[in-house]
Amino acid sequence: MLEIRNLHASVDGHEVLKGINLTVNAGEVHSIMGPNGSGKSTLALVIAGRDTFEVTEGEILFEGKDLLALEPNERACEGIFLAFQYPVEIPGVSSSQFLKSAMNAIRKHRGEDELDAYDFLAIVKEKAKLVNIDDRLLSRAVNEGFSGGEKKRNEIFQMAVLEPKLAILDETDSGLDIDALKVVANGVNRLRGPERAIIVITHYQRMLNHIVPDFVHVLSDGKIVKSGGKELALHLEEEGYSWLKEAPAAHTSAAT
Amino acid sequence: MIQAIETKDSYVALCESAIDARRTAAEPAWLRSIRRGAAERFRALGFPTTRDDEWRYTNVSRIADTPFEIATHNDSSLAFERIERFALTDVTACRLTFVNGRFDAGLSKLDGLPDGVTVCNLAAAMDTHAPLLESHLAQHADCDGQAFVALNTALFEDGAFVHVPKGVVVETPIHVLFATTPQSPAAMTSPRMLIVTEANSRVTIVESYVGLDTGACFTNAVTEIVAGEDSAIDHYKLERENDEAYHIATFQVDHQRGSDVASHCISLGGILVRNDINAFLDGEGCECLLNGLYLADGTQHIDNHLRVDHAKPHCNSREFFKGILAGKGRGIFSGKIMVRKDAQQTDAKQSNKSLLLSPDALVESKPQLEILADDVKCTHGATIGQVNEEQMFYLRTRGLSEDAARTLLVYAFAREIIAGVRIPALRTLLDELVLAKLPQGGSLDVSE
Ligand SMILES: Nc1ncnc2c1ncn2[C@@H]1O[C@H](COP(=O)(O)OP(=O)(O)OP(=O)(O)O)[C@@H](O)[C@H]1O
Ligand SMILES: [Mg+2]
Repeated sequence: MLEIRNLHASVDGHEVLKGINLTVNAGEVHSIMGPNGSGKSTLALVIAGRDTFEVTEGEILFEGKDLLALEPNERACEGIFLAFQYPVEIPGVSSSQFLKSAMNAIRKHRGEDELDAYDFLAIVKEKAKLVNIDDRLLSRAVNEGFSGGEKKRNEIFQMAVLEPKLAILDETDSGLDIDALKVVANGVNRLRGPERAIIVITHYQRMLNHIVPDFVHVLSDGKIVKSGGKELALHLEEEGYSWLKEAPAAHTSAAT
Repeated sequence: MIQAIETKDSYVALCESAIDARRTAAEPAWLRSIRRGAAERFRALGFPTTRDDEWRYTNVSRIADTPFEIATHNDSSLAFERIERFALTDVTACRLTFVNGRFDAGLSKLDGLPDGVTVCNLAAAMDTHAPLLESHLAQHADCDGQAFVALNTALFEDGAFVHVPKGVVVETPIHVLFATTPQSPAAMTSPRMLIVTEANSRVTIVESYVGLDTGACFTNAVTEIVAGEDSAIDHYKLERENDEAYHIATFQVDHQRGSDVASHCISLGGILVRNDINAFLDGEGCECLLNGLYLADGTQHIDNHLRVDHAKPHCNSREFFKGILAGKGRGIFSGKIMVRKDAQQTDAKQSNKSLLLSPDALVESKPQLEILADDVKCTHGATIGQVNEEQMFYLRTRGLSEDAARTLLVYAFAREIIAGVRIPALRTLLDELVLAKLPQGGSLDVSE
């Protein structure tokens, strides 16, 4: 489904991604872990189409299509969704108006009819219940004045509404209380399916207890330095990242 | 200076002949003398030039150089269909309509008002409310230093009069519609309005200016409001002139003790627009809210010039003006807050935010504080920016096209002012009008 080959990306002349290779197949859940500043969010943003990062080398294919040639909204319409680490507040834009515009843009791309007010409301109600988000939040402006946890929950709510093929969750677990974590994980698990894939960026094993990954990758200094199964995350929880400094070169060959 | 005097000559001549014509129309002596004085003031002042500090960014030579004539009138009423889409029938019950400056009874609707409330044209009020007119008409908007007020005062033919007696609450908004049909040669109108509210009364007034066809025309309007003690007035000015129109409007509100006035100034049409908005807080405990929204595209030039004068203690004033500038549009804001020596415990806030949608659009924002009292709270702020890229990206990652995302954000910017409108149907109309002016705006569904 997603194939990243030798991806290099820079910002302001500073190289952040230094040759990423990653293959994600339909049906799989991948987790990306790694120290602060290693480039996890950058990778997620480049996949989503943030143009402040310049891709200097490499390619990204999504279902065989050249993703880098697509606009961010075209990528969304193709089925890519990013739950942001820091969702932005948009005062003045009502959540429901925003959601309706988003859903209809994606439906239009798929050749489906626009939703009428009744169907729209029905979907919103159902998904809101699924991620246990307060209806009243949706009558407010997008993320405006939302608490940290509410913003994260809103991301998962949007994911549930838009039903992407590939969902990338960038530290959606940070800032969530224990119950919210379960709710969010449940929302994500509901999305799992043979034709979908999920990339979970996280620092903590507790998220992966609920969303069990098929693969775990360690990103360090812009490269994937180690890949493994779900036990790699447990290992990291115990060992931390100190081993990276000791012998970084020894692990690079493990990247997929 | 010589230039200025020459170009105003045709206007001085207009004033002379207008005053002569009124002599035969048996205008009361007090008004004739006011008009004489105003004509004199205008002759002495001439049109302002950009050397004048208050007009530095707005050049009115295009008005001065055009020999506008006084608009002529058809005796027959326009068909209602001509004004129907501007009539705000779902917003207001009661409507006074003026076509090219003249009252059109056929297009007006004056029923459904509470007992004692007067809504009529000024000419009719000369008979029914002579003493009130004598004490207020042209007593609040000052001809001194305001050439356009002087010109209007010398020339206005008719206008709207609203009087709300003590303690009366008028529930449904009153609409005063000034419609213009351009003429050849180009013509000017001088709409005039006087609103007097007595103690503890309450009223909502929508004042709209619309151009029915394209073609050059000049509107020079003056509105005076006298807000009686503890009265509350909600005022909306909606400017929808045609895209060749020159529109100059002076709004003067004089606050008496405890009065609460909210005025919203929405400017959408016209090639050159100037709003002079003056509030005089001449009693304790007044609330004054001045909101504004202006959208300039093409080569539109919209200038909002505010002056809030705190003369007495314990008054609050708030100014929130937002501009959206596209194409080669220009938006000017200047806001002066004056706090006189006696006006302790003044709380005055001013904010002007501009959104630039094109590299050729231009904004000037000039706050000015003159504070003579020592125990006051005054803040002002101005921001000029573009659409926020992070917000754009967020919306686009959810599937919205670049245009759709931008439209949504620009609309959100305007929405803050529209949300302050207290008449739901007027909010809906403003949503439509604002979106209609935005590229791709038509495709956005904003139903509440
Ligand atoms: N606009 C920018 N200008 C300069 N440097 C930037 C910019 N954006 C990101 N960086 C740098 O790129 C590197 C990677 O940042 P990124 O946000 O991808 O890290 P991360 O792995 O997501 O970290 P965290 O775990 O803290 O979220 C950091 O060193 C960061 O400072
Ligand atoms: Mg990050």
